[in-house]
Amino acid sequence: MSYVWAFAVGGLICAAAQLIAIHFPRLTPGHFLVSLTVIGAVLNGPGWYDAAIELAGAGVLIPVSGFGASITRGVLQETQRLGWEGLFTGTLEFVGLGIAAGVVFSALAALVAVPRG
Amino acid sequence: MDRDRDAIDGHKEYQRLVKQLAPKPNAAKEAARAFLVGGTLCLIGQFVLDFFRRTQPTEGEAIAATLATMILLGVVLTALGVYDTLGEFGGLGAAVPITGFANTIASAAMDFRREGYVVGMGAKMFLIAGPVIVFGIIAGTLTGLVAWLVSAVSG
Repeated sequence: MSYVWAFAVGGLICAAAQLIAIHFPRLTPGHFLVSLTVIGAVLNGPGWYDAAIELAGAGVLIPVSGFGASITRGVLQETQRLGWEGLFTGTLEFVGLGIAAGVVFSALAALVAVPRG
Repeated sequence: MDRDRDAIDGHKEYQRLVKQLAPKPNAAKEAARAFLVGGTLCLIGQFVLDFFRRTQPTEGEAIAATLATMILLGVVLTALGVYDTLGEFGGLGAAVPITGFANTIASAAMDFRREGYVVGMGAKMFLIAGPVIVFGIIAGTLTGLVAWLVSAVSG
């Protein structure tokens, strides 16, 4: 059942973004990535986004809003643990793993793969 | 005169055909494709999340591992040239998931390598992903600051 939810909720977020893109053709995918990340980060201030992840799992975690929410989750956790330093160290608590892995594997991809076209 | 009439009718017919046959932006179709591609990527993400929920000690670590694994998947699909096709078919359904974020990093790294490793690949790898991290960190820090102050005031 969690798989149906993930597919449906994740699909709906993407379809909604696509409909907005059709109405605002000047927006690039980059605008959507930034907007969704900020929306996710702000929504998780009161912990709402994490509550949504409890309900819809990857359906809300995998869209980049889940990435933004994870930045805030780290700040919330680390400010409770460390105080003000957590405002900054917390940002990469949960997304640092993915960003660093993304850098290393992308560099590796650039070395071994030839772009098409 | 008849020839003129024929010419005008022919032109009208031509205009009608052009209007009928020109590709229309089909919103429903594009949204359905985005739904299909985005939904499928989230479905894969659910398998990964379920796996890490069993193997990682906390929910936070399970989420971090899931994001990293999906980023790795996005990079691999980009290197194989599959993600381009996925993007052409699914539009934002391919761009909005975290795999699409990974795709922007990997494709920039691959494309700009020819301009050199430092001023090309290294400098331009985060051409699109950079703003996401910049605004994500700003939003996360400010949101966290507000939440921290609220928790301090309310005890």
